[in-house]
Amino acid sequence: MSPKKIVLRFSANISDKPIIYNLVKDYNLIFNIIKAHVNPQKEGTMVLELYGEKYEEGLEYLEGQGVKIQPLTEEVTRNENRCTSCGACTAICPTGALHLERPSMEVRFDSDSCVLCQLCLKVCPVRAMEVRF
Amino acid sequence: MAIERTYAEINEKIRAGRAVVLTAEEVVALVAEKGVAEAARQVDVVTTGTFSPMCSSGLFLNFGHAKPRIRMQKVRLNGVPAYTGIAAVDAYLGATELPEDDPCNSNYPGEFRYGGGHVIQDLVAHKPVRLEALSYGTDCYPRRELDTTITLDEINEATLFNPRNAYQNYNCAVNLSSRTIYTYMGMLKPGLGNAHYSSAGQLSPLLKDPEFLTIGMGTRIFLGGGVGYVAWHGTQHFPGVQTDADGKNYGPAGGTLAVIGDLKQMSPEWLVGTSYLGYGATLTVGIGIPIPILNEEVMRFASVSDHDLYAPVVDYSEAYGQRIPGNLGYTSYAELKSGKIVINGKEIPTAPLSSYPRAREIASTLKEWITKGAFNLTEPVKLLPSHKDGIKANVLDVKA
Repeated sequence: MSPKKIVLRFSANISDKPIIYNLVKDYNLIFNIIKAHVNPQKEGTMVLELYGEKYEEGLEYLEGQGVKIQPLTEEVTRNENRCTSCGACTAICPTGALHLERPSMEVRFDSDSCVLCQLCLKVCPVRAMEVRF
Repeated sequence: MAIERTYAEINEKIRAGRAVVLTAEEVVALVAEKGVAEAARQVDVVTTGTFSPMCSSGLFLNFGHAKPRIRMQKVRLNGVPAYTGIAAVDAYLGATELPEDDPCNSNYPGEFRYGGGHVIQDLVAHKPVRLEALSYGTDCYPRRELDTTITLDEINEATLFNPRNAYQNYNCAVNLSSRTIYTYMGMLKPGLGNAHYSSAGQLSPLLKDPEFLTIGMGTRIFLGGGVGYVAWHGTQHFPGVQTDADGKNYGPAGGTLAVIGDLKQMSPEWLVGTSYLGYGATLTVGIGIPIPILNEEVMRFASVSDHDLYAPVVDYSEAYGQRIPGNLGYTSYAELKSGKIVINGKEIPTAPLSSYPRAREIASTLKEWITKGAFNLTEPVKLLPSHKDGIKANVLDVKA
């Protein structure tokens, strides 16, 4: 089963409770935290990569705890017409989603490895990277 | 008998459709297989290419006269100021010029989204560009202001004139400090986090004719997608040979070109408005230069590979900005292109800023033009100075 990326939203009254830990302890799920943020109003947002046999049961547990769940539809895309394969993004991308193919030295974007850090959007000299929701 | 060719002989073969043309990358392989002498016998022309940000670029424009006439004192194109301290409706738009209200680095690092280079790309793409002009007014040029749109076809001259392009070689930039820095060599991560280089290496024009045996004033080139010419040596033209403290030779560096051409036959694919986070706006320019194989020595230089072309590794966090001489050693373009180099015992990921695939495409395009007989080589009016001419670099002494 391939990992699914989901966006979890925690209201102020639950964002300090240990919830993710139960996904492992009770549902044996494997997780990878891609992004986690708590705002000044104590509301939490987490982008989680999650998979395992009891995936659906795990999601039901989260909803039961008051966590709002949405699939991750935000994604970074590369406009191949604008990209000149200069390579400026390739040593910046933290996961290697943007990398150089050798020996052609062309830039390739593997969106499965992208964790939406969005550094490439800022660093691309010709604005070839875009984020979509 | 060693081969000797003249420009006339080569151009005759081009006219007859019989010229043998290889790109600089292809000729590396040929020489590795057959040797310099045999390759020089077989090949008439070697083509080179590079596609990189080149800040010292800009456009001379003549808009034609309005009714009534205006003697422009201040000019803006899509909000970007151009220089008009020349004739009434002549102007120069520089690639790195920013709009007057650009926040620059006030919210660090700034984005520099739109500047002269972007206007040049919009113009060459035949997009309408807003032209605003102000004047103090004279009896013969009574108009005081003007606000209209122009397109490339409507104006008179649009002459691309780039005072410094096609750097012979360039630094490999690293960051020794503990915070991320934003430079014209891109975002550099702290503690030797990454190493950025900017050269096409074995495809790069001036690395393939390092002694200026064939390149000079009047050399016809691929420029911005069309045809251009080498006009002069570029600013800061200090052709030299890189050596370390032990006197070991690390190949050529320091030469530059001033190039010129008619924007109306160029293309937005090869003149691209560019923004460097925290640094500024500029123009990425495509240049390709054909090297006539006049003799074996020319072929020897033209066939050098990435393994024998080197860049100095320079710290951009302090040494560069503070003009402290020295470097962290030399690394070959083959090592840089492998994706990792070792500096101070640390393995560092590398990345280019110069597009090698685009450089390859320029060299191939120029090869095709020449092979089809659509592009003749020009013998320079005067060769550019080489390291043998002992040009000394001046620095600016800020007097108290």
